[in-house]
Amino acid sequence: MGYVAIRGGESAIAAAARLLDVLRAQAGGDPIGVETIRHQLGRLVDRVCGEGGCWHPQLAALAIKQASGDTLEAAFLLRAWRSTRPRLSATAPHRGTDLRVVRRISSAFKEIPGGQILGPGSDYLQRLFSYELLDEDPDKFRAIAKDFFGEEWPGRGTDSASDTVPKVLDALRAQGLLAQPRPPLPAVDITREPITFPCPRPAALAAMTRGESGGLLAMAYTTMRGYGYLHPTVAELRYGFLPIMLPHPVSGELVEAGEVPVTECEIVTLHGKDDPEDAPPSLGLGYGCCFGHQETKAIAMAMCDRSLQNGAQHGVRHPAEDGEFVLMHIDGIESMGFCSHYKLPHYVTFQSDLDNLRKSRGKLDHPGAAEAVFTDPEQIPDGDEL
Amino acid sequence: MTAASTSSTVSAANTGAGDHFGFLDAFAKRELRRASFKALCIPGYQVPYASREMPIARGFGTGGLQLSLSLLTPEDTLKVIDQGADDSVNAVNLRRFILATCPGVAATTRTTAASVIQTRHRIPETPLHAGQIMVYQVPFPDPLQIIEPSEAKRRRMHAEVDYARLLVRLYEDLVRFREVAITNRYPARVAGRYVIDPSPIPRWDLPKLNRSHAIHLFGAGREKKIYAVPPMTTVEPLAFSDVPFQVEAFTDDEGGRHRCARCGAGDSYLDEIVLPDGGRRWQCNDQDHCDSHREESLR
Repeated sequence: MGYVAIRGGESAIAAAARLLDVLRAQAGGDPIGVETIRHQLGRLVDRVCGEGGCWHPQLAALAIKQASGDTLEAAFLLRAWRSTRPRLSATAPHRGTDLRVVRRISSAFKEIPGGQILGPGSDYLQRLFSYELLDEDPDKFRAIAKDFFGEEWPGRGTDSASDTVPKVLDALRAQGLLAQPRPPLPAVDITREPITFPCPRPAALAAMTRGESGGLLAMAYTTMRGYGYLHPTVAELRYGFLPIMLPHPVSGELVEAGEVPVTECEIVTLHGKDDPEDAPPSLGLGYGCCFGHQETKAIAMAMCDRSLQNGAQHGVRHPAEDGEFVLMHIDGIESMGFCSHYKLPHYVTFQSDLDNLRKSRGKLDHPGAAEAVFTDPEQIPDGDEL
Repeated sequence: MTAASTSSTVSAANTGAGDHFGFLDAFAKRELRRASFKALCIPGYQVPYASREMPIARGFGTGGLQLSLSLLTPEDTLKVIDQGADDSVNAVNLRRFILATCPGVAATTRTTAASVIQTRHRIPETPLHAGQIMVYQVPFPDPLQIIEPSEAKRRRMHAEVDYARLLVRLYEDLVRFREVAITNRYPARVAGRYVIDPSPIPRWDLPKLNRSHAIHLFGAGREKKIYAVPPMTTVEPLAFSDVPFQVEAFTDDEGGRHRCARCGAGDSYLDEIVLPDGGRRWQCNDQDHCDSHREESLR
């Protein structure tokens, strides 16, 4: 039996796709270049890579172009592509100390080993429009990097100006104010094993690092506004390049396969600690790490991590301490998909609702009126007899 | 080929899956098949699985889609329906994705001719026969979700056959509305043990599951669960001995039953169509059933 032509739907889908394409092109002008998106909309690319669960800035830029800048759609495109890739191998745990930092700050101490490195950041900018960007001169644009890097540009970027520095946490640990690192739990690949509850911390961290930035922020913000206040301090926030070490296929020795930009955040909290109950009071730790330069997301993740650990240790008292509540609701691809599905036809279920409503009203208006469809559950006919 | 059709056409070349029959890689298919077997062995039990991201959005049938892709062989004949119709946009979209990634699989709109039927919200009116597999797209796999938000607690309740709160909910509905206000996704006990959410099929369809000859597989992609009703298994809607389960009545103003304005059927689930003049007409929801009924009456 060959393909059966189906009426209606096929041409409607094609027309909808065409109109979408028209929307992006109807104003004329030049098509936006994927490389332009990748470099000039870098934070958007970082976000899409993070939520897409895959560091592929070129495809992320394509996704942004294809989705006309819709971050949820773009991350979905990348995630759908990612799920078709085989898992080639797993790396050994990587350490944040190996991060070559471009920026690192601590709000816990004024002076830290390795120094505060402000690096690129918008925290202390006045958010006033730079109207000159409305019509930017290409020569002036190219002069920005050339003036900064000198003759070495092009070919040199901020990544080559970075180095490793010690962690602020190490100083706290040396003083006994923070628990020593626990032996790492086995990593959980949440794309291959479903999350079940109670959820091991590696799975929770994996879910959060690819969580939707706004969703994760909302959860973290609840803890900041009193729904399980953490009393947090940013021990360290760093952004830089993490060398990815893979075992060599022949020798098995670890070799650097490349590097990914990541933002890593460690918060310490006065309330909540990792030591056993009978140990003297110490600080609690919350950890966040995500692709690219996404400081708000990394901090939010660290807050949620601490909050979830508090819930696991002391019982859930606040929404953000509940693993199911946080982890099942921060995934952008799943929540966006399900939210969109309400646009699908629901004629059948709504018809059933209406029938129920009419029956219910009829009975309330005319109590005692006759009713019978199936009077005995035993007499419900077998499915194939209907 | 025009630009518009390029962007809307799915082919094996641009799905990113390379040469995989059925889009999914072998590991994903193995996991799905194992979960399906387990689900058939423990009727009604929700088997967790990893659930891959598909190029179709969550909520649009990714659970059913993954099941279909893991089940289909080139000898199969596929029917895809959404709201009882083969030509609704979501059904069309899912069907063309499956056909593009499963070369050899034939498509049909005839319920009787299909070996695999993927559906959203309906069970065909035409009786199913042995050898057929129904694949349901499931938004909420757990019938206890309406009374308990925590999955950890729900799993425990299922393990302990603790459905008391669900029955209390039905009772409270009767007191408040004189009706159980669960209209679709009506909870049903499978093989006397697990209570399932039969997916948002209307009550009308629920009795069709009872001792059906076909295999019924339920896939929840977003919630990452697979469950099943094996052939010839009892499926009983939750009810009270003095308040029996009822299906949609489609009662007209005279107390009779609405009939299909197209084929005249008085024994099918109906769509209510609001006319421009404010009037209403009723029509079969199951498109294939309506067509077949019309052909028969014309013969």
